[in-house]
Amino acid sequence: MTLPGFPDAAPLAGLGGGILIGLAAAVMLLGVGRIAGVSGIAARATGMSDSSLPKSSAWLFLIGLPLGALVVMLVAGEVEPSFASPLFLGVAGLLVGVGTRLGSGCTSGHGVCGMSRLSPRSLVATATFMITGFATVAIMNAIGLVVLS
Amino acid sequence: MMGRQIPFIIAGVLFGAGLTLGGMTDPARVRGFLDLFGDWDPTLAFVMGGAVLVMAIAWVIQPKLTQPLFAESFSLPSRRDLTPKLIGGSALFGIGWGVAGLCPGPGIAALVIEPFSAAIFVVSMLAGMFLVRLTEGSA
Repeated sequence: MTLPGFPDAAPLAGLGGGILIGLAAAVMLLGVGRIAGVSGIAARATGMSDSSLPKSSAWLFLIGLPLGALVVMLVAGEVEPSFASPLFLGVAGLLVGVGTRLGSGCTSGHGVCGMSRLSPRSLVATATFMITGFATVAIMNAIGLVVLS
Repeated sequence: MMGRQIPFIIAGVLFGAGLTLGGMTDPARVRGFLDLFGDWDPTLAFVMGGAVLVMAIAWVIQPKLTQPLFAESFSLPSRRDLTPKLIGGSALFGIGWGVAGLCPGPGIAALVIEPFSAAIFVVSMLAGMFLVRLTEGSA
C-alpha cells in the first residue's frame, strides 16, 4: 500500500512497527511498572544513572533491541540502509547522549510513553526535539551538507 | 527471580523489531521524515501514531492495577516542571537526531544491521551521557 502523494512512504510497515513499539512499552508499564525509555535504560545499564532499575534488567532490555532487529531482518529479508560517515555519527552521538540525559529522555521515553500519558514535560520535550530535528535537516539541506550517500 | 526478568527481554525484542519494521533504523527514512520542508516522508508519523495509540490504552489500564503484573510496585516519573534543562537538552537531542538520522533505540538495534556505523554512534552517545554525568557529579 502506498500513500497518495508520497510514493516512498511505507504506512503499513510504519503502523505495524509502531504497534510493536507500543506493545513493548505496554509490557514494560503493565508488566514491570516502568517507562520504556531507551536513553535512560542505556544510562542505567552503563552505570551512569542512579535509577532503581536493576542493571541486569536494563541490559536484558538493551540486548533485546538488536535481537528484535535481527528477527525482522530474518523475516523481511536483509536491508542495507546507508549510514552517515564516522565524523557525522560521532558528532550526532555526542549530541544525542548529552541531550537525552539533560532532557531526561528521547523518542521512546518522551515521544511514546510520555506523550501517550499527556505528560507536560514529555509534550514539551517532544515538540522541542521535533522542531530542532526539522530545522537541522532543513539547514543541512539548504547549505548542501550531504550526510547519507 | 529469573521469571521477573522475562518481561524486560520480551519488551526489548518487541521494541527492536518495531523500530526496524517501522524504518527507524534506516537513517534515510528518519531524515526523510525530518525533511518537512523538502521531500517529506510521513512513514514515521505512522510509527509514532501506532505506538502512542497502543500506549494510550496501556495508560488507561495502568491505574486499575494495584501493582504491575511481575513487580511489586510502579516506578513512574512524576515530575511536571518545565525547565530550561529539559528544553535545552531536548533541543540538542533533536539536532543530533537530525544530523545522522538515529536516536538511542535504533542506534543500539542497528548494531546488527551496520555494526561499525552503529558502534560509532552508540559509543559517542555513551560518551555524551558520561559528560553529563561528570558535570552533574561535580555540581
